[in-house]
Parts: sequence; C-alpha cells; structure tokens
Amino acid sequence: MQASPDASPAAAASGRGPSADPPADRLAAVAAGLEVASEVHEQVLGETPVLEIDRFNLWYAGKQALHAITMPVPHNKVTALVGPSGCGKSTLLRSVNRLNDLVQNIRITGDMRLNGDSIYDPRMDVIELRKRMGMVFQKPNPFPMSIYENVVYALRIDGENSRAVLDEVCELSLRGAALWDEVKDRLHETALGLSGGQQQRLCIARAIAAEPEVLLLDEPCSALDPIATGKIEDLIQELRGRYSVLIVTHNMQQASRTSDYTAFMYLGRLIEYGPTPEIFTKPILRETEAYVTGRFG
Amino acid sequence: MTRHIERQIDHLKEKILRVGTLVEEAFSKSITALINRDTSLAQRVMSSDEEIDRMEVEVEEECLKILALYQPVAADLRFVVAVLKINNDLERMGDLARNIAKRVPQLAAGAPVDLPPEIRTMAMLAQEMVKQSLDSVVNADPTLARQVREEDDAVDAARQQIRRRILQGIKARPEQLENLLRVNSVSKHIERIADMATNVAEDVIYMVEGDIVRHRATD
Repeated sequence: MQASPDASPAAAASGRGPSADPPADRLAAVAAGLEVASEVHEQVLGETPVLEIDRFNLWYAGKQALHAITMPVPHNKVTALVGPSGCGKSTLLRSVNRLNDLVQNIRITGDMRLNGDSIYDPRMDVIELRKRMGMVFQKPNPFPMSIYENVVYALRIDGENSRAVLDEVCELSLRGAALWDEVKDRLHETALGLSGGQQQRLCIARAIAAEPEVLLLDEPCSALDPIATGKIEDLIQELRGRYSVLIVTHNMQQASRTSDYTAFMYLGRLIEYGPTPEIFTKPILRETEAYVTGRFG
Repeated sequence: MTRHIERQIDHLKEKILRVGTLVEEAFSKSITALINRDTSLAQRVMSSDEEIDRMEVEVEEECLKILALYQPVAADLRFVVAVLKINNDLERMGDLARNIAKRVPQLAAGAPVDLPPEIRTMAMLAQEMVKQSLDSVVNADPTLARQVREEDDAVDAARQQIRRRILQGIKARPEQLENLLRVNSVSKHIERIADMATNVAEDVIYMVEGDIVRHRATD
C-alpha cells in the first residue's frame, strides 16, 4: 500500500507496525525543515474533544516555533505533551489560553477551538476566554493572601459574595486538590506559609474552583521534591475522568503514570499522538520509540 | 546522552544467548546419546542441566534488576519481558533434554527396541527449530521467527506417525512394552521442545513488533 503524503492520520494509523511505510528518517526530515505528517492513533480521533488545535502555526520574530499542529485534546482525559527542550510543547500550551499574546513579534496562523468556540477569533474576549481555563505553572504562584482567599479568588472577582457558596467551593476545591486535610484548620493563614508541594496543590485548587473547561499544567512538578511530586501525580490521576487536563512534562515517567494520551513533539511538529500505554509499549514510529527509550533528546 | 540501560541490555542479551547455547548443546547431545545408546554422554547431559538452572535464575534476577532500576519502556521493555519468557522456555527445554537423556540408560537396560526412523527426522526438525529460534533472538528477526512457527506442524505430524508406530509395536511385540513407552515419551519430549522453540519465536515477534501472536493461527 502506497500511502499518499496527505493521507489522513486515521489512514496512516491503520498501517500498524514499525515496518509500515517507514519514512527514511522523520527527525532528519524535520531538522531539514521539511513538513512531516503526524502519526495520530485512531483511538484519539474516537474521543470527544474539549479542545481542537487546528493547523496551528506560530512564529517568534520570524522563526517558526510551531508547525501546523493539528490535535484534538479529549474531554475529561489527561493528555501529556512530551518532547525534548525546544520542541514547542510549552509554547503550544501557552497558546491555548493566549498567553503568547503578551510576547512581542509573534505571528500566528490556524486556530484552536475550546468546546467549539474559536480561541483566535479577533472578537474573542481574552479575559473571558482565560476564565474558562485553569493554568498551573512550574513554580507555585500562590497569591499573598490566605489559603481560603486564594481558592475563592476567581469567584470573588466574579462578584460572588455568599459565604455559604464560597465555603463550599473552597472545601470542594481543596478536597479535589487533595489538600483539604492538611489545611482545613488554617484556612485563614497566609498561603505563603505552605510548603512548595502544598502551594502547588493550592494552585490546582484555585484553578479547579473556577470549574475550568480545560486545565493547563506547565511542568507542575519540576520545582518539587519526589514526595510532593508523587502527591501531584496522585492528584492528576484523581482529576482523570472529571477534568480535561493538558500537561507539559519533561519527565517521561510522569507522562506514562499520569496521562491517558501522550503527544510527542519535536522541533515544533507533532510527531506521534496516541494512547499512553501504546506510546510507551509499542509506538508506531521508530522516532517516538527512540525518544521514549531515551536514545535521544 | 549515554544510555546506561543499553549496557545492561547488551549484557542481558549475552547471558540469554549463553543459556540458549547450553540448551541447544544439551538437546543435541541427548539425541546423539539416544541414537548411539551412549550412556556416558547421556550422563553428561543430565549433569549439565544444573548449569542451565543456575543461569536461568541469574537471567531472571538480571531482568528484575533492569525493571526495577531502569523502568524500561517501549522496545527496551519488550526486550526485557521477552527475555524473561524466553528464559523460562529455555530452562524447560533444558529439563526436557535431561528427560530424553534419562531414557538412554533405561532403554539400554530393557528389551532392545529399534528406534522408529521418524525419531531422527523429528529430532532434526526440532533441533533446526531451536537453532532458528535462537538465531531469531540474536538477530531480532521476526521473519525467521515466523518460519519457526510454521515448522512446528511438521514436528507434530512426525510425532503422530511415531505414536501410531509405537501402538503397532506394542500389539506386535508386547514384551517390548516398557521400552516402547520410553520411546514414546522421548518423542513427546522432542515435540515439547519444538513447542518451546515456537514460544521463543513468538516472543521474538512480540519483542520486535509489539504484537502478541500466541494463540493465533500461522498464515
């Protein structure tokens, strides 16, 4: 079977096995600036997307950082973005809530849709858009206020003042972030007194308090010790099935432990995207295999 | 980036191949001993099984160490898992070779019987399968592994012929009953060895391609 260059990802995915139509070397082709088709597993396409990234290109000052990324992010699943430094995974994540708008000399083509709504539509109100998403960064960034006020912050700025509502959301969110038992007796103390791992879980609680349609995690454990990392990973497991999570991680084992789907990126391209167990036991592409086994990157 | 795991995996590969070589030798010697009624060679086969058993434990420990310390994924994971299983099968093949060797002095003691000619053919086929299955491990060669799977049918057919011949023998010469039953069990052991070689080949297909082909018909 001769696969045409513009074969759909589903058609490409049906030719299973490493022997199926092997490109000479995709990574070399990518490095030479050629466009290569992404290998997207059929299972991904069978999911209902919360977020659709559609032929998304991004240039920083004339240098292209993302190349025609097309990927659906499934609803209520955890999707991990992995790839060597500079592959564009953080850029892609930050493009979802338009954080890159703040960067000078940036040019974007293509679109992303959050539950069907165009994110890059010029009429889109960016503040309203960001309210629909939660984002957690590498370094925990609690606000200099009490634990309680951190969690209910989004509700407060939306004008919610009912003590009962705020109390309930605070407890549910802290429970959801597996932090309640540790802080329930000191909700009104400053959040800055928490440990790094607790602060990061607080940031997740703050994010989920606003009931985001998608939760964006940008290497949420990179500043944490192994115990705190373990707690965050447990938490991400808990969030599975209840929240749609898109997580960027450098830690391959974190991706394999916490995610339902894994997308492998390289030099601004989406190379392979499929169910995490497949990516880590029998990826379709040799290039993905080489990356997940640590042969390069 | 240096891959420490690569060194571990190379080392594991060497080890499993050593087990394979020992098993191949034990099997081939057990057949020579059987055909030549060479009880001292049979004795040596029986004692060599201890070495195989010892190596089997070492290989397993090595696999567990790699799993625990390096958490291999994808091709590396499939390799370690395949070696765990191949190791098991090789050890069983070693036991079967020892069982064949055990029959040699017993056959020499009982009423003399002629070995059915199919035993030689069957043993040759099975030896070839063992050799090819090990080659498919060394070269990570799924094509050769598939060939091994197909060859198993010929061994099974030979086994059926031998069984019929032995039944006839028992009817014609009841005084040879015990030795004929010993010959029958030898042929059963050879058949099992060929089955194990098939298992090894199937694990090689999994190792290279990631598909579990066991319990699926060959095509």
